[in-house]
Amino acid sequence: MTPTPGVRLESVRVVVETVDGPLEVLQATSLDLVERRVALIGPNGSGKSTLARLVNGLVEPTAGRVLVDGLDVVESGREVRRRVGFVFTDPAAQLVMPTAAEDVALSLRRTHRDPAVRRRAAEDVLAAYGLAGLGDRSVHALSGGQRQLLALAGVLATGPSVLVADEPTTLLDLANARRVGDLLLGLDLQLLLVTHDLELAARCDRALLVDGGRVVRDGPAPEVVEHYRATA
Amino acid sequence: MSDLLGLHRPGTTLLHRLGAGTKLLGLVVLGVVVVLVSGPVTALPLVAGAAGVLAWASGGVRPVWRALRGVLLVVVLLGAWLAWAQGWERAVERMADVATLVLLATVLTTTTPIDAMLDAITRGLRPLRRVGVSPEGVALAFSLMLRSVPATLDLARETRDAARARGLERDPRALLVPLALRTVAHARATGQALHARGIGDD
Repeated sequence: MTPTPGVRLESVRVVVETVDGPLEVLQATSLDLVERRVALIGPNGSGKSTLARLVNGLVEPTAGRVLVDGLDVVESGREVRRRVGFVFTDPAAQLVMPTAAEDVALSLRRTHRDPAVRRRAAEDVLAAYGLAGLGDRSVHALSGGQRQLLALAGVLATGPSVLVADEPTTLLDLANARRVGDLLLGLDLQLLLVTHDLELAARCDRALLVDGGRVVRDGPAPEVVEHYRATA
Repeated sequence: MSDLLGLHRPGTTLLHRLGAGTKLLGLVVLGVVVVLVSGPVTALPLVAGAAGVLAWASGGVRPVWRALRGVLLVVVLLGAWLAWAQGWERAVERMADVATLVLLATVLTTTTPIDAMLDAITRGLRPLRRVGVSPEGVALAFSLMLRSVPATLDLARETRDAARARGLERDPRALLVPLALRTVAHARATGQALHARGIGDD
């Protein structure tokens, strides 16, 4: 049987334990996400990041199941993580090697065994994302925009078919936010974009408005964004 | 401060051309020698030698100063305590030992790409796979350790600035508690990032 492409949530609930008792951060949610660019918008604490983190197993469902290309995220975690890349808001924690080239090379260790070939491939990846010549630069010495591009390059170097980006432009200035946003929307893969940047969200194919742990609006991105602007 | 153990600097010196495994082994052997040899008469030439090697490998004395500056406070405090508890000879010897080890470690990181070190560790530990050791896991832990030193120093600096902004720079709780919490949070975030990149899955 051909696996169903895209991301599917089947009656997924997420409950976390807090000092005040169990808290339902995502109510029972069923979704089929097959569009190329899907935006997740909503207020802080609404559950949109939780929903996004379900897709590559950073958060496991309390009930229900999450499928990526037909693979269960919990049962086939390793295979799913190879297909799903994740970009965090703050690239500082995501960059785990001292220099830019070494960080990209870390992502390439599985696919490029020869060190010299891996190093050249890392330089090619850096050049493809506008970071040419910065391979030996300390990740500390990069600007915020360059760090986010590097984090993105490190994830995309693994060749994912789905990319989840959790507020990737929040810490960036206007020019870098535009640069990263344009890059994300132009990628040839499925993008799940958690964002407060409503202009960016409106450029997606579909948007989900999340509030109070549930999807309260779902449809073409411009319409959902307009509704959110009018009701927020 | 952020690059306490130095960054790899491409070069053509003999040390740059030596294999990463040889240099790692050399660092272990020299580390043992530095700790075992006692007395300031031998400790001081060792620190001078290590400084000379680092200056040669990195093309100047500035990296030597940068490496020593990062541990200066710890070395001075250690020396003061040892001088009071065990006498000045012991203090000089131990201060020189710490400085020598930091300088030698910096020689390794300056002349060796992390990627080559990961390969060397993975290769060296491969025989231990039979007894359940994951060479890739140990290599990754090694590189994360190198990265976590400057990252923790950055967190300490930010925490000190935050305490200073509230006029609490003399309150140890305002420094230590947030630093501990932020360090754990950083470690968790790094773990999540590795998990998300599928690193460590193999």
